[in-house]
Amino acid sequence: MTGVDCNGKERDLMRQIAFYGKGGIGKSTTQQNTIACLAEMGKRIMIVGCDPKADSTRLILHSKCQDTVLSLAAEAGSVEDLELEDVLLKGWKDIKCVESGGPEPGVGCAGRGVITSINFLEENGAYEGLDYVAYDVLGDVVCGGFAMPIRENKAQEIYIVTSGEMMAMYAANNIAKGILKYAHSGGVRLGGLICNSRNTDCEAELIQELARRLNTQMIHYIPRDNVVQHAELRRMTVLEYDPNCAQAAEYRALAEKIEANTMKTIPTPITMDELEELLIDFGIMEVGDESIVGQAKA
Amino acid sequence: MPQNADKVLDHSELFREPEYLEMFESKRERFENPCGSDEIEKIREWTKTPEYKDLNFAREALTVNPAKACQPLGAVFATVGFDGALPFVHGSQGCVAYYRSHFSRHFKEPSSCVSSSMTEDAAVFGGLGNLVEGLANAYSLYKPKLVHVSTTCMAEVIGDDLNSFIKTAKEKGSIPPEFDVPFAHTPAFVGSHVTGYDATVHSVLKHFWEGAERTAGDAVNIVLGFDGNIVGNAREVKRMLDCMEVAHTILSDSSDVWDTPTDGTFRMYDGGTTIDQVKAALNAKATVAFQEYSTEKTLAYAAEKGQERVALNQPIGVSGTDRFLMEIARLTGKEIPESLTRERGRLVDAMADSMAYLHGKKFALYGDPDLCLGLAEFLLEIGAEPTHVLATNGGKKWEKKVQALFNTYPQGAACKVHAGRDLWHMRSLLFTEPVDFLIGNTYGKYLERDTGTPLIRMGFPIFDRHHHHRQPLTGYQGGLNVLTKILDKIFDEADKASNVPAKTDYSFDIIR
Repeated sequence: MTGVDCNGKERDLMRQIAFYGKGGIGKSTTQQNTIACLAEMGKRIMIVGCDPKADSTRLILHSKCQDTVLSLAAEAGSVEDLELEDVLLKGWKDIKCVESGGPEPGVGCAGRGVITSINFLEENGAYEGLDYVAYDVLGDVVCGGFAMPIRENKAQEIYIVTSGEMMAMYAANNIAKGILKYAHSGGVRLGGLICNSRNTDCEAELIQELARRLNTQMIHYIPRDNVVQHAELRRMTVLEYDPNCAQAAEYRALAEKIEANTMKTIPTPITMDELEELLIDFGIMEVGDESIVGQAKA
Repeated sequence: MPQNADKVLDHSELFREPEYLEMFESKRERFENPCGSDEIEKIREWTKTPEYKDLNFAREALTVNPAKACQPLGAVFATVGFDGALPFVHGSQGCVAYYRSHFSRHFKEPSSCVSSSMTEDAAVFGGLGNLVEGLANAYSLYKPKLVHVSTTCMAEVIGDDLNSFIKTAKEKGSIPPEFDVPFAHTPAFVGSHVTGYDATVHSVLKHFWEGAERTAGDAVNIVLGFDGNIVGNAREVKRMLDCMEVAHTILSDSSDVWDTPTDGTFRMYDGGTTIDQVKAALNAKATVAFQEYSTEKTLAYAAEKGQERVALNQPIGVSGTDRFLMEIARLTGKEIPESLTRERGRLVDAMADSMAYLHGKKFALYGDPDLCLGLAEFLLEIGAEPTHVLATNGGKKWEKKVQALFNTYPQGAACKVHAGRDLWHMRSLLFTEPVDFLIGNTYGKYLERDTGTPLIRMGFPIFDRHHHHRQPLTGYQGGLNVLTKILDKIFDEADKASNVPAKTDYSFDIIR
C-alpha cells in the first residue's frame, strides 16, 4: 500500500505503533512476542527501543544487549559520524532492530537520547520499506523526550501494557494523560490496553472497566505462563522457542487484533480518586475505610 | 589620586598609574600564588615548540576557542531576513541576550529578538505555558507579520515539541489561527550557526510551500547563507543580477535590517523577503546557494520541489564570481553584460598590478566552511599560498573539497586543511609552520598578539573594527575589496619593518 506523507512524498503506508507501560510490567517481552507474530504474518518491521536499558530487541536478536545508537555515537565522537548499518541489526524473520540506548541511572538525560536517536534514524532513511515501526518506550511518560515517539509523523497508535495491580493502572492512566496532550496537535491515538496478567483479583474485568473509563478497549488479555520465562532465558520469543504452545497462540491473537484494530481513540484519563473508586467497585479496596490506611496487618 | 572630577583618565591610562601598579603587584603576590616569571617564560616558549603542537593536535577532550557559534544564532540571523519577521527563541533569556549582543556588536545596529523566558519551573514542567504566553505577548506588543520559533539547549534537552506547542497556542487563542509561525528545532549542542541558518530557511520555505502547487517559472532564488558581510554582499548580488536583468528573490535578505538609517525613526523591521515573495519563490526555476554548507537542507528541499539546485562556496574573486554568473546565464539564458565583463577585467588588472607583492605570500585563514573555500580560492588566484585553512564547523566532505581545490594550483601542494580544529590548534600552527598573514574574525587578534602574525579581519564576528560589513566581499567588486584589504596590510607591515631612521629606512619607500 502506498500513501502520501507529510512532505507530499509517495511512501509506503506504514503503521507506527508504540508500547508504553509501567517499568517491569512486561512491555519489552509483550512487544517482542507480538512483533514476532506480525513478522510471522509476513510484515516488514522495525523495532526502535527507547529504553536506556536497551533490552527491547534481545529476544529477536538472541543477544544480551545490542550496541546502541548513543553508545556508538559517544565512541565515534558524534551522531553525525554514525552510519545506519552500524546501529541497525536484523534479527529473527528479518525484523530490523535499533536500540537508542542512553545513560546509566543517575547521570545525563535519557529523554534527549531518544530524540537524538529517532532524528538520526529519520535522517538516514531507516523508515523506508516497512509495514510497521514499533517503539518500546521506558516506563512512564516522564519528560518531553519520552513523548518523542508520539510527536507528529511518529507513532499514531499507542498500546499500554498494564496489569490489575494498582500502580500499573496508575501508570496506564498517566500515559493516557500524556497521549491526550499530543492527541489534538499530533493526531496520536490510544489503540487499547494490553493486560499482561499478574493473576490479581478480577484482573480482566478490572482492566476492561479501566479501558471503558479511558474511552478505549482491552485489546487482549495475556494469561500468565511460565513458558515466557523459559523462552526469555534462552533470549527467544515464545513464538520461536515453542511455536505450538498455548501462549504463542495468545500472542498471535494479540497480533491479529492489532493488525485489524480500528478502534483508535482520544483517551479520557481519570483522576486518582476515580481510580481508587474503581478498585472499591471491584472489591479490591474497601469503601471509605480510612481507618486501615497506614495500618500494619494485625 | 591620579584622577578627579576635573581630570578623568581613560582606563587605558588610569591603570598604569603607580598606585594601581602597586595594588596589582600586591594582589598577585598575596592572592595569586604566583610562580616565577622565569617559569612563565619557560612554559610560554614550550607552547611554541613542535612537541607542544603534537600534544595539542592529539587533544581529545577539550576545545579551546572554537571558531563557531550555536544553531539558534543562525536561526535569528536567517529570520530577520524576512519582512516583518520576529525571531522567537524558545528558551531562557540569557541565550537570547547573547544573540542580540553578538549581532549588535558586529553590525552596530539594534537587534530585535524575543525569548520565551524559560526558568527553572519551565525546565521541570515543560515550556508550553511560556510559549503560549510568549507568542501572545510578542504578537500584540511587536506587531510582526510572521514569528519564527527556534529552540535553545534547555528546550531541546527537556524535549519540548514546537509543532504541538504552536498548535496549542493557536487553539488557546494566543495568536490567530491563520498567523504564520514557522519553526525549527535548533539544538545548540548539534552543528553550528550555519546548521541553524539552514534549518530556519528550510522551515520557512516548508511552511509556505507545503501543499502549494508549483508552476515552474524563470526566476531564480538566491540563498546567501550565514554571512557577516550580508549587508554589502546582498546588495552586490542584487546589483549584479539587476545588471543581467534576471528576475530573482533573495530568500532571507537582512541587508536592510542590519543597516537602518538614522533619521529619527526606529525600524524594528526593515526590508527583507516578503511572505508573497517566499510563496512565489516556489515557482522559481532554480535555487542558487552562496554557501553550500549553510544550506544543505534548504537546497535539498528546493530540489525535492522540482527546482534546479546550484551550490556555490562563497564566490570571492575571479573564478568564484565567474561560476556564479555563468550558472545564472545558463539557468536564465541571459547574456553576461559588458558592464560585468569590464568589472572582471578591472579585478584581473588590479591583481596583476600587485602581483609582485602577493606572489608566494603565505596565509593562514579560518572561518565558516564556505568563506574559507571562497577566500582560499581567491588567495590561490592571486598567487598566494593559503597554508592553513581551518574551520571548526567544517566536516569531512568540506575537508575533501578544500583539498581538491589545493590540488588544482601548484602552490596548493604546500597547503593544509584542518577540519573540526579550533583556534588553539591554529595558535600552534602559527608557531611551528609560520605564515605571513592571518585572515579571520575579531578573535584572531589574540593570535596576532601571541604569534606576531598580522591579522586581516574577515568573517564573523568583527567587533573591533567598524563598518566592514557594509562592503561586499563577493563578486568582482568584492574581490577588489578583499584584494585592497590584503594589500593594505602587506604595505603597512612593509612600512613597519622599514621605519627606523638611518637604519632600515632605506626601504621606507614612498612608492610601493
